[in-house]
Amino acid sequence: MENELALVDWSRAQFALTALYHWLFVPLTLGLTFIVAIMETIYVKTGDVWWKNTTKFWMGLLAINFAIGLATGIIMEFEFGTNWSNYSWIVGDIFGAPLAIEGLMAFFMESTFFAVMFFGWDKVSKGMHLTSTWLVALGSNLSALWILVANGWMQHPVGMKFNPDTARNEMENFWEVLFNPNGVSKFLHTISSGYVLASLFVIGISAWYLLKKREVLFAKRSMIVAASFGFLTSLFLLVNGDTSAYNVAQNQPMKLAAMEGLYHGEDKAGIVALGVLKPEEEILKDPKNPFYFDIEIPNALSFLAHHSTSAYVPGINDLVYGNEEHGIESVASKMQKGKLAVEALTDYKKFKKEGNDQKAQIALASFEKYQHVMGYGYLAEPTDAVPNVPIVFYSFHIMVGLGTWFLLLFIVVLYFSMINEIENKRLLLMLTILTLPMGYVAQEAGWIVAEVGRQPWAIQDMLPVGMATSNISTTSVQITFWLFAVLFTALLLAEIKIMFKQIKIGPEGGH
Amino acid sequence: MTKKVLYLCHMFKIRLTMHLLSKIYHFYYDGFKNMKLGKSLWLIILIKLVVMFGIVKWMFFPNHLKTNFDTDLQRGNYVLEQLTQTKEN
Repeated sequence: MENELALVDWSRAQFALTALYHWLFVPLTLGLTFIVAIMETIYVKTGDVWWKNTTKFWMGLLAINFAIGLATGIIMEFEFGTNWSNYSWIVGDIFGAPLAIEGLMAFFMESTFFAVMFFGWDKVSKGMHLTSTWLVALGSNLSALWILVANGWMQHPVGMKFNPDTARNEMENFWEVLFNPNGVSKFLHTISSGYVLASLFVIGISAWYLLKKREVLFAKRSMIVAASFGFLTSLFLLVNGDTSAYNVAQNQPMKLAAMEGLYHGEDKAGIVALGVLKPEEEILKDPKNPFYFDIEIPNALSFLAHHSTSAYVPGINDLVYGNEEHGIESVASKMQKGKLAVEALTDYKKFKKEGNDQKAQIALASFEKYQHVMGYGYLAEPTDAVPNVPIVFYSFHIMVGLGTWFLLLFIVVLYFSMINEIENKRLLLMLTILTLPMGYVAQEAGWIVAEVGRQPWAIQDMLPVGMATSNISTTSVQITFWLFAVLFTALLLAEIKIMFKQIKIGPEGGH
Repeated sequence: MTKKVLYLCHMFKIRLTMHLLSKIYHFYYDGFKNMKLGKSLWLIILIKLVVMFGIVKWMFFPNHLKTNFDTDLQRGNYVLEQLTQTKEN
């Protein structure tokens, strides 16, 4: 039992490490491709060669980020096959199609047009080059779509049917999987947060030039493009954040309760804008007051979760222990049903082997009745259905707080850039440089909310992480964990070093 | 007469293809030759791919089900066994 826990924890830690490192590179590519495409569009429209050089400089930094980040995601696919083989097998048919499309799209679209984008200056027509740049931007973002369709399915499995003979989920409706509301809102939220990060990146580096009194015109013009792009995408993120929260409330109420530190459900629930959680033992004694202090926006959570200011939002305790008044089933009851599903699956397998089709069909009917909560059958305690509340709560609030700060910053930077005063605002310029790493913190915090918040599930309600792992030795996972920690840190240091060198050279350095 | 036209069309097609292939070749050749920073980036990419596929994947990440079982039936049965074992996580 202790070994199993260690294996699951190390496998999770390894996946988290690779995913978090991978996500240091991806969002910048997603956003910077669009910023570069916008700059090149201005060049083609105005014919001003100065914009061409500006585009080329940011394209150079994009190339560094792309090259260093390239294939870091493949490690996760290795891990699926080795550490998470049960999970890979069970989701195989669902993941197969989106990931195959992602592979083809990433390889053919991105790599073909990436070459034209970098090698094609003065060799292909301006129009063809611009089209290639836009296609790289669209291609990299569409690659993200397929990954997030797969991730959205894990959080809200739709459009599939579990085949008890093969132990695989088989796709019944591709469009239902593709347009899964959870996947769509996750995709939009993820790519637009990448645009915000790229905007912060361009603004931060431009601010450095202005502080050094170098490349002044280049920096000011880059800032206007980036601040406009960042402002618009931040506004979109606000609207999309509301849709994401609504989807989470409908499909993963436990995650929403953890995000808000809501232990005791209530009507007209408010959002905690700022708060410090008490330790778990103290909360258990008084679940109505889980905070040492908090600043609340009244009724906002009810509105966010159900689009009604007076709606009831269930808390963690309601979801664990049930709430008859609001028709919420307890985890203990779901665990009983889940165990019945597991037993029925065992019987089905046994009767099939014995050739007793009649009994096999009865077992199958019983399995199908409780299959939707099968995962609960593997939980040891009802409280196992609760994710780590402090991690989810603080990550969520860090992400939202930083997102709000970024929006304000974009407005202020855009204003001072438009009135041509930005180079005199040294404090603001320093703030924009300090905000750049915060952009990465917000990105990672967002993924922590999404992934820690859905624990203990690998597939929501159907497969807990403990059942998703392979039967392999913990030591081998520990060794590869440290191997990746070293490898990814080296890549990150290489990226920072090459980036800094290229930034110091400046826009005149070419690519 | 028709044969001659067909032959000329065929030759023209071959020339066109060769011309296109040559243009593509020179496009990439010149692109790689004139790279400055790109050369270091390609080196990093190559080292990384060798480390990932040549060492990491080969030594540490065998596909658990593909390595230990020969058929999909066996793999499915194994996963079903895992799912139906009374195992508390």
